[in-house]
Amino acid sequence: MMDKALIKVGIVSCSGEELPEGTLSRLACRKVLDELKPGTTVTICLPLFIAGGEEERNFTAKFPTITVDGCKKRCAQRSTEALSGKPAKSIVITEIMHEKQITPPVRRRNLTEQDKIVVQVVAEELAKAVDDVLEGGE
Amino acid sequence: MKKPTGKVVVIPCSGIGKVYGALARETAYELAERVRPDTILLTCLPLVVVGDEQAKQLVTENPVITIDGCPMKCAHKSVESHGIEVAQSYQSISFYVAHKDLKPEGVTELDETGRKLAAVAADELAAVVDSLAGKEPK
Repeated sequence: MMDKALIKVGIVSCSGEELPEGTLSRLACRKVLDELKPGTTVTICLPLFIAGGEEERNFTAKFPTITVDGCKKRCAQRSTEALSGKPAKSIVITEIMHEKQITPPVRRRNLTEQDKIVVQVVAEELAKAVDDVLEGGE
Repeated sequence: MKKPTGKVVVIPCSGIGKVYGALARETAYELAERVRPDTILLTCLPLVVVGDEQAKQLVTENPVITIDGCPMKCAHKSVESHGIEVAQSYQSISFYVAHKDLKPEGVTELDETGRKLAAVAADELAAVVDSLAGKEPK
């Protein structure tokens, strides 16, 4: 069994340039990486991972991953499943919005203060998922 | 070279870890939302990479500009990997090299100087967009 202290979780984020939910995904992931779970999470650049980036592929072969997708097309989840196996957890922003009855941002950039609250909500959900994975939960 | 369709697809880098990825994305948003909103179509890079039919159709039918954030050139390579020609390819660091007085900072969101650089870069790309779209320069 892998030493818990050595485990890091890879966050594979949708980049979704076309959609506000993609921006939400990116910002929430960075919040987790930089503020909520620094030291236990790393980011996996999705296009680089898909394009065959050696570091990205090596990491996902050894460590658990969480995919975060902006929409139901689930590019991050599908790519991870195809290239390195089932992610430990998969999060879809639109599903979180629906479950929590939150209105998603309508802008792709220059988010409002209200939008930033939504980023925080998504980041906290993702941080919980990281804790679950680190504790060996599903 | 594709025949002009009046539209141009811009695909920026999807990285969420480096300032030049953010600069690539912001430049694409400047083009799509301010400089040539009637011409520019944005699509998500991961959608292209996973072979989404709608995204593939978009990049097959229209001229494509890629703006990459690092020398791995994921956007450029991902489009080409589908056998689709990239009409113009840029690396966002070249915008900074051309405007050394505008050093961008920020990863999730660019600082004011970075946003100014993105605006300048988008203005400079307008002529290329017009040419690829088959439109008279404005």
